Amino acid sequence: MAYTSNGATIEADEEGYLVNINEWTESLADQIAKDEGIALTPEHWEVVNFLREYYSEYQIAPAVRVLTKAIAKKMGADKGNNKYLYELFPYGPGKQACKIAGLPKPTGCV
Amino acid sequence: MSILHTVNKSPFERNTLESCLGHAQPGDAILLIEDAVFAAMAGTAVAGKMADAANSFRLHVLGPDLKARGLDPANVVAGFTVVDYGGYVDLAAQNKAVNAWL
Amino acid sequence: MDEMDSGIVKKFMFVNRKAPHGTVYALEVLEMVLISAAFDQDVHLAFVDDGIYQIKKGQAPAEIGCKNFSPTYRALEGYDIEKLYVEAEGLAERGLTEDDLLVPVEVVSRADMGKLMAEMDVILTA
Repeated sequence: MAYTSNGATIEADEEGYLVNINEWTESLADQIAKDEGIALTPEHWEVVNFLREYYSEYQIAPAVRVLTKAIAKKMGADKGNNKYLYELFPYGPGKQACKIAGLPKPTGCV
Repeated sequence: MSILHTVNKSPFERNTLESCLGHAQPGDAILLIEDAVFAAMAGTAVAGKMADAANSFRLHVLGPDLKARGLDPANVVAGFTVVDYGGYVDLAAQNKAVNAWL
Repeated sequence: MDEMDSGIVKKFMFVNRKAPHGTVYALEVLEMVLISAAFDQDVHLAFVDDGIYQIKKGQAPAEIGCKNFSPTYRALEGYDIEKLYVEAEGLAERGLTEDDLLVPVEVVSRADMGKLMAEMDVILTA
């Protein structure tokens, strides 16, 4: 599949994950989120930006467990827990937030 | 006229480089690429052998493969010339044949 | 899988013997290691022979058309994989020292690495 954003065609795999992470833009993130039924709030962006920083440092999308722990470490336990993250991203902070952040599907996700 | 030998296997894992050195003729060019570039580095267990080889052969190593592996081109065994992809093509053109030791 | 579900923790060791980039083994094992973290097993990583080059600092394989997955070894700590061993003889043979490596490791002799392997329940070498 592919997204159209600002007149450009941006390639994605059959599940909607970007083929080229460098083609990601904030307006594309809004669009992917909308397709997922999510209107991005500052709380969503906090997680999306965290994921992009994590990827840029380690070159992988973290497993949910690792993401949750890392967010707890950086932003506190009230955000680094499953309830908070699943409320933001009902289909999973790994799968759904990574897609919106333009990252590949986390390694080990089915 | 001389031959260009290319080797792409690590000297610590295969005897490909060893065999190449044993068959190449004096004056031949040897270019280390891919995992063979480990053999070009100073301070390894094969550095002495490569220093000896530099007396008989024109030794080259591919820069992008060094860079990929975090190896410093300034730290190669004396006698090695670091080349880029253009240099690889030049070497192939300057010699009458290429023997790719796989 | 039944044993994993029942909470029995086994000692796993992934033994890395091959250099990165030249072949796909290093990346494939790394992915397996990341997946193994989900099963809460006692995971050990060994770097011997050319596998030591997997954790060499300063890798930049963009020009040869490969992904630089070396930073991912630094993510292992977040996956609670912290038992990393490097063989001293292999380091010396390659003119490398612990300072050349991009993650904290325990440097052990070949003899001690052999003993470690003997303690494992499951070993995968590639």
